[in-house]
Amino acid sequence: MAQIIVKNVKKMFGDFTAVRESSFTIEDGEFFMLLGPSGCGKTTTLRMIAGLELPTSGEIYLDGEEISQRPPSERDIAFVFQMFALYPHMNVRKNISYPLISQGMPRAAVNSKIEEVAGILGINDILDSPVGGLSGGDRQRVALGRAIVRDPKAFMMDEPLGALDAEFREHMAEELRALHDRMGATTVYVTHDQLEAMQMGDKIVVMNNAVIEQFGTPQEIYDKPATMFVANFIGSPSMNFLPFQGKVEPGTEMVRLNGHDEPVPKLMEGAEGDLVFGVRPEHVFLSDASAYRAKVLAAEYLGTTQIVTLQSPNGELKARIDAREVVSPGETVGLEFRSPAVTLFEKSTGRALRSALNDEVLSNG
Amino acid sequence: MSSFSVTEPSNRSKWIAGFLVITYALITMIPLVWILLTGFKSPADAISYPPKVVFDPTLEGYVNLFTTRTRQTQEFLEANPPQNWADEIVRQYDMVIVGPSKFGERFMNSVIIGFGSTFLSIFLGTLAAYAFSRFKVPLKDDLLFFILSTRMMPPVAVAIPIFLMFRNLGLSDTHLGMILLYTGVNISLAVWLLKGFIDEIPREYEEAALIDGYTRFQAFYKVVLPQAATGIASTAIFCLIFAWNEYAFAVLLTSANAQTAPPFIPTIIGIGGLDWPAVAAGATIFLIPVMIFTILMRKHLLRGITFGAVRK
Repeated sequence: MAQIIVKNVKKMFGDFTAVRESSFTIEDGEFFMLLGPSGCGKTTTLRMIAGLELPTSGEIYLDGEEISQRPPSERDIAFVFQMFALYPHMNVRKNISYPLISQGMPRAAVNSKIEEVAGILGINDILDSPVGGLSGGDRQRVALGRAIVRDPKAFMMDEPLGALDAEFREHMAEELRALHDRMGATTVYVTHDQLEAMQMGDKIVVMNNAVIEQFGTPQEIYDKPATMFVANFIGSPSMNFLPFQGKVEPGTEMVRLNGHDEPVPKLMEGAEGDLVFGVRPEHVFLSDASAYRAKVLAAEYLGTTQIVTLQSPNGELKARIDAREVVSPGETVGLEFRSPAVTLFEKSTGRALRSALNDEVLSNG
Repeated sequence: MSSFSVTEPSNRSKWIAGFLVITYALITMIPLVWILLTGFKSPADAISYPPKVVFDPTLEGYVNLFTTRTRQTQEFLEANPPQNWADEIVRQYDMVIVGPSKFGERFMNSVIIGFGSTFLSIFLGTLAAYAFSRFKVPLKDDLLFFILSTRMMPPVAVAIPIFLMFRNLGLSDTHLGMILLYTGVNISLAVWLLKGFIDEIPREYEEAALIDGYTRFQAFYKVVLPQAATGIASTAIFCLIFAWNEYAFAVLLTSANAQTAPPFIPTIIGIGGLDWPAVAAGATIFLIPVMIFTILMRKHLLRGITFGAVRK
């Protein structure tokens, strides 16, 4: 198992930049998520680590060794494809043994290794079946078996749950995470599903348009987004953005939102002009005492909570509140925000302003 | 996943479909059956009118096909009794067998040239198709167009330049020359057909093999080739049929040494009058290798490429 360092890696396809200079470190044994919308460069990044694409420039270190220009067969990295890519002309046993055969492992050792892996994954009874008739879940397990059988330095997984039915996904996600915890293998996992990333990952890299937007733990990324893109991409419903005009300076602890003073975490830098007041729906409360008024547009009941859509003077926003509170569309209510959780953004760049809330996270990312 | 059900066809439409297929099969098979039967007729039965469907079968045509005969005097025939059943057949025309005909040799030439050029077309075609399918080849589209453009005229249109070229290169009337020529004609078909088949094979299979520790070439022959078997089989059939049946170049470029069966069979007619049974016998034997080859490859043609191991 190994640490992976990606340093200033860049990938061009002709004139198209798939990944702009990116750097991050994946610690030994981490379950690491590459998250982003389609076409953001996350799969390309994964394929560069595995050796299926060569970076245009930059370095990749695996266990301290620079490997960016080596062929995949010399990297000792396993890859689980979204479509599984099981060899269709071989049965399950052959599929799993294929990486061992290339290493020239003796027949007896191969067989005992296969039994061991099949035991871990619970696929002993299908070892001699052709791969064509298998269910999605079993194919997934065979693909995992082929990956873990040779104890590689790291696993790459390209949306491995993408091809599974929704109800089976949850189950397989748990199985994957449990497998990872058991083997302690460094795993890099690509997904466009923010819930999957939050649920399974130790660390997340959020990418957009070939650029890394933020890199951190799921909590850091959720609570302290570095950009408006991250704030919007992570969380459902996503963060509320209330645009306003104003001027802030280092040390500011209050902003004027449509004539009302709203406290914010103490700022570390200043900005002027178009700003955005960002607050998560669960940090918005209804309060009759508040002078900041908004009209209720709709309420969605979700069991324990409800999502209330409101029209405020600074635009539409959503609040996640207790399901027992009674709200009816059309009424006007007062709003309060949990101020320590507020993030201010500069609208032109989409960048979060450094404050007491996020200073630590932003200065190391 | 979408699902649609096809309703079971009605009995009437099954009958109509069956009738049409059987009729079509009969129409295409009549000439073949005709050839097959003619091969076993006597020369008189072969040209009788109205045509005889019921006749006394004889191996005369086959004997004439494989032997050279000469007419002998009665004294000679009486002094030398027939040595075997074939000799006996030719005696009725006061002839004796003096040796084998050229047919066996010509047939072997066809086998060598037909299968040789098919193998070479498939070998080169698969490699080229794989490269065109997977790699960034400079001017890929133009190259593919040039390759195809060799098929935009009948091959015989370039017969004279090829004739001169072959004469200067010493390739006239050689097996190598004919193999190269038929490969040249077939390769465009092979590259285009195989590229289509290889394009259909998901790249993930090779990538998985690369990850599993194989080289690009190992991934190609251990993972891609088995997947492309269907395409290779059908392409091979097309290539073989062309090379096997080719007549015009064979007439022009081959004579004593590398002559194939197609230009040889008509020459039988000239040897002892209109010997149609021998011609038909030659045609029948000539059909057999292609039929066997096609039947052998048929199971690949009917088999699906992937077995659904990749979800789409």
